Amino acid sequence: MQAFEYANPNTLQEATGLLGAQWGDAGVLAGGTDLLSLMKENLHTPKRVVNIKNIKELEGIHRSGGGLRIGALVTIDELAKSHEAPRSLVEAAEYIPSPQIRHMGTVGGDLCQRPRCWYYRQGMGLLAMKDGKSLVPGGENRYHAIFGEGPAYFVSASSLGPALVTLGARVKLVSAKGSREVPVASFFVAPADENSRETVLRPDEILTEIIVPNTTMKTATYEVRQKEALDWPLAAASVALTMSGNKVTAAKVVLGHVAPTPHVATAAEEALKGQSVTEATAESAGKAAVEGARPLSQNAYKVTLAKVAVKRALLGAVKA
Amino acid sequence: MSSKKDPELPVQPKSGFSRRGFIRGVGIGSGVLGTTGLLPKEAAAAPGAAVVGPGPVAMTLTINGKPVNLTAEPRVTLLDAMRNYLDLTGAKRVCDRGTCGACTVLINGKSVYSCTTLAIDAQGKKIETIEGLPVNNPVSAAFVNHDGQQCGYCTPGFVMAAHGFLREHPNPTEADVEHGLCGNLCRCGTYMGVRKAVVEAAKGMKGGSNG
Repeated sequence: MQAFEYANPNTLQEATGLLGAQWGDAGVLAGGTDLLSLMKENLHTPKRVVNIKNIKELEGIHRSGGGLRIGALVTIDELAKSHEAPRSLVEAAEYIPSPQIRHMGTVGGDLCQRPRCWYYRQGMGLLAMKDGKSLVPGGENRYHAIFGEGPAYFVSASSLGPALVTLGARVKLVSAKGSREVPVASFFVAPADENSRETVLRPDEILTEIIVPNTTMKTATYEVRQKEALDWPLAAASVALTMSGNKVTAAKVVLGHVAPTPHVATAAEEALKGQSVTEATAESAGKAAVEGARPLSQNAYKVTLAKVAVKRALLGAVKA
Repeated sequence: MSSKKDPELPVQPKSGFSRRGFIRGVGIGSGVLGTTGLLPKEAAAAPGAAVVGPGPVAMTLTINGKPVNLTAEPRVTLLDAMRNYLDLTGAKRVCDRGTCGACTVLINGKSVYSCTTLAIDAQGKKIETIEGLPVNNPVSAAFVNHDGQQCGYCTPGFVMAAHGFLREHPNPTEADVEHGLCGNLCRCGTYMGVRKAVVEAAKGMKGGSNG
């Protein structure tokens, strides 16, 4: 790890004043589970680390008029035990292994963590480009994207992102110059070139809170992973259903870990309208969700996993 | 201070001592606060926020109920601070990436990876390590009874993770243990013994403190 200076601000104003205009200027330390790994691999070599854990206003889950405000410092463990948060979000948090990571990791960190793509983590760049071409389609791509046309083939690492998109949640991003609220659906972006990032977060900004609108939707998350020990999911689905009786009037279906961003499965949402959720309609929605998938040479299996994740999330959402 | 190499060990060794003896001696060094910042003036600290480093910084950790002082760079992890500066070698450095669990300690009662925690960031918190447990604590005793270890390298991490787990789950089944200790790996494959040991330890702790 490169040496850095360390700052311990007590207020958001102090903290944003300590960030720089370039990514290399400063790193924001909350749980540190991703930041320290990136720094040990020299993938991120900030001149200054700004610890935001002493900033009280970034803590806690509070209900206010507009919905639920989840502070960026809320740990994954706290979210998993929340009685306030929607079920799909609690389930997404529960899936995150291990206890140590849940105790340390924060909701802000889940959204801001960098992709787990092994090309990126080996220092070959976010897009793994060589001679103007990505190494991923012809390389080791078993955990990579099954949606999208490149040049980004990594998958979004966020476990909470898909559920937050189905819930219509927003994130608040604060810099020394001011603050802005961004829908989680547009917080994540597929970078078009090596100088771009996978979120719209700027180097001088801190993600301070997540705002989840009040909801009566039936929600659930289902995740498929290779092993129970510390690992990232192979595919996940979050759903949020607006119901009239036992009929779906509107559905949100978002897949995780299958594309560079949480992937909105519009065709599945359409397929569910006016239906009741049964084994058969859930299966059809799963099939619709993976329409247009473009698996790479080693990851066609993820198409099946994504389909099953959608089906099981839907059945979970309507279960009493 | 070189910024090329990680300061896994304190720099400028004195002569004629063993490594650990020397490390212990470093204790309360001269707390050199960073006087030259790395960032240009424009991005200088906002008023009121203390910025320290990148050179060695005097810090105090509360480990197993006792305050201990050390002087280390901000980039030194809690794990390296304990092992290389404080002679607390129970927590093990294996993956050093927050994956294997061999470095598990409790901070404010919760299991965490000390390799992925900065020492400077652990100040003011209650740190519990394997060294703070009585030799015959129920978890360690149950690990012995059930062959919960083979080479033993993962054991301190498992024992600390189990202590943290049992505080929240006083009546676990083996399946609960399997899920609750999924943040620790054992290359010898002693998981069967570990699960039985933790279930037995829970029974042994009934009605008492589980340390």
